[in-house]
Amino acid sequence: MVATQETIDKVKEVSSTYKYGFVTDLEAEKAPLGLSEDIVKFISHKKKEPKWLLEWRLKAYKKWLSMEAPNWAMVDFPKINFQDIYYYSAPKTKPKLNSLDEVDPELLRTYEKLGIPIKEQEVLAGVAVDYVFDSVSVATTFREKLAEEGIIFCPISEAVQSHPDLVKKYIGSVIPISDNYYAALNSAVFTDGSFVYIPKGVKCPMELSTYFRINEQNSGQFERTLIIAEDNTYVSYLEGCTAPQRDENQLHAAVVELVAMNNAEIKYSTVQNWYPGDKDGRGGIYNFVTKRGNCLGKKSKISWTQVETGSAITWKYPSCVLKGDDSVGEFYSVAVANNAQQADTGTKMIHIGKNTKSTIISKGISAGKAQNTYRGQVQIQKNAKGSRNFTQCDSLLIGDKCGAHTVPYINQFTPHARVEHEATTSKISEDQLFYCLQRGLDTEQATSLIVNGFCKEVMKELPMEFAVEAQKLIGISLEGSVG
Amino acid sequence: MPLLEIKNAKLKLDDKDILKGLSLSVNSGEVHAIMGPNGSGKSTLSYMLAGRDGYELESGEVFLEGQSLSDMEADKRARSGLFLAFQYPVELPGVGGMSFLREAVNSRRKFLGEEELDHLAFVKEARKVASKMFVKDEMLKRAVNVGFSGGEKKRFEILQMAMLMPKVSILDETDSGLDVDALKIVSDGVNEQRNEENAIVVITHYQRLLDYIVPDFVHILSDGNIIKSGGPELALEVEKNGYVGLINAA
Repeated sequence: MVATQETIDKVKEVSSTYKYGFVTDLEAEKAPLGLSEDIVKFISHKKKEPKWLLEWRLKAYKKWLSMEAPNWAMVDFPKINFQDIYYYSAPKTKPKLNSLDEVDPELLRTYEKLGIPIKEQEVLAGVAVDYVFDSVSVATTFREKLAEEGIIFCPISEAVQSHPDLVKKYIGSVIPISDNYYAALNSAVFTDGSFVYIPKGVKCPMELSTYFRINEQNSGQFERTLIIAEDNTYVSYLEGCTAPQRDENQLHAAVVELVAMNNAEIKYSTVQNWYPGDKDGRGGIYNFVTKRGNCLGKKSKISWTQVETGSAITWKYPSCVLKGDDSVGEFYSVAVANNAQQADTGTKMIHIGKNTKSTIISKGISAGKAQNTYRGQVQIQKNAKGSRNFTQCDSLLIGDKCGAHTVPYINQFTPHARVEHEATTSKISEDQLFYCLQRGLDTEQATSLIVNGFCKEVMKELPMEFAVEAQKLIGISLEGSVG
Repeated sequence: MPLLEIKNAKLKLDDKDILKGLSLSVNSGEVHAIMGPNGSGKSTLSYMLAGRDGYELESGEVFLEGQSLSDMEADKRARSGLFLAFQYPVELPGVGGMSFLREAVNSRRKFLGEEELDHLAFVKEARKVASKMFVKDEMLKRAVNVGFSGGEKKRFEILQMAMLMPKVSILDETDSGLDVDALKIVSDGVNEQRNEENAIVVITHYQRLLDYIVPDFVHILSDGNIIKSGGPELALEVEKNGYVGLINAA
């Protein structure tokens, strides 16, 4: 879609009228192509944001202009033209279909293999059925129940309006705008995402899933999520879904910030299945994400669990900064890369407080021509006496054209700490396959079984209903890679 | 019609003739023992029957219940009722014994047009069969063959055989790595499954297994062919005179 001259004029109008405050509401569908200060203002205006946020965005934008795109990751892609991207488009409603008969049969086959119930398939594919309205009402009931506990769970754009103090206090507090190139970009142009606040002493009674978040469909390519857990709290948050997701935007640069106070626990689980592109990697999504959690309080705990099967390129290192004494950071990851996919993913565990503990379990699976890199940093700072880290990186290769790489960085500044690192690389052997075939399993069943066995330690960290789907998803992602 | 029929099977590995026109007919209700020295082609024969990649026949044909196996992949052969108890059962790290067994049994049931067993029904059935095999529940919770002793591995093979109820079972050197007690348990498990509907082919180097699993027929395999067939007494002759005497006489 091409932006109209009218839109461009409106943008100009906005930027010139800014100092007088916003009076006019724009009906434009899309901001003009490219990125400029005006576009940042346009986005902020569209979202009716307070002045401090606009200034924050502009600062981020200026910072971004002075930065260079990182090139240290083991991924290869043509230079991104940031002036060839639309940074704002109004929430769109998907074209409604009348029944599943109108849906791409390939997509339906995938749903079926994933074991997604018909009703849910209809929702995912955007079929106009009553159930859609049901799901909205489910979400509403859901939010009412959370509100009773004092929990805030809403789109971050809404939180900016309803709880500006909380947002102002914590946004950028974990990942500052200057943190890295893509985080700066996100800070300047983020469109929407989740906001979660758990007040003191509250254990969130249910898993918070983006599936139930109203407006989820349109949060766009620059998603921003902020979760704050006050003293003595617990929350489990699920992101993504197993159903394949296509998107017209190639670049996705999300930011997720977590804050855990004394004795608070945040469990963040992701299943990412963005379109990986065709067999040669054409058209896939670039997923450049910055995720970090601050364990600010004593005995706080942040646990990242991720199953990454999608995207053409994944650049992602969910991390924990362990400031509070006795705080705990965990990272459980399965990264599957098939065909031409490239994944450079891992974590950072920064031990600052005393007796802090971290565990890293990373399972990388490579098939086809894919390259899969684990990159992880464990840093034990001077005062982090009595701290411990255990890291286990296992790679599984399927076929002989793929690659697995393990790049651990360990910096230890005190002798009073223990850091362990274990790494293995293995292949699915012909013996294993033949053994399974001889028991009547077909090649795909056998591969899926062996690979899921390989990932077991990570899969058991996922919430139950997510784990079952994720297991099937891994099998599907590797279809045709063996035999 | 024989349950298993091998007709003039010829097979090469790396340009070397391994099976040189082997023929064998096994009827339902029968137990056949195939004995032979190292390098006579015993393991090749079992892989060929099970349809392992790279072990395709150069000429000849094999029939399972009258159906040719030539164009049938290993997994389909298994679902059709052909079972191979491995000489060296393979480890599957992280794959629970119970879920592995269930996938295997349900693949076979699906093929036979029977209803697949749900988790509960399956666990119940597996435990029943396992207790007969002196396989503890705990073993089914562990990853397939990982950290199993030699005896546990073989017991698990026979447990799978009991659960899958194959038409034809091939036991490849099932006695290797077993002490006398384990040998007895495994043999009892096999004997338990002998009936008029199925057939068992025992491939072994030593006669001692045949004290426990008493065959109806014994065949001597040497240099890719069966050189002599007879009753159980033939195994005793091997025990007494070794393979050399028989081979020279042939």
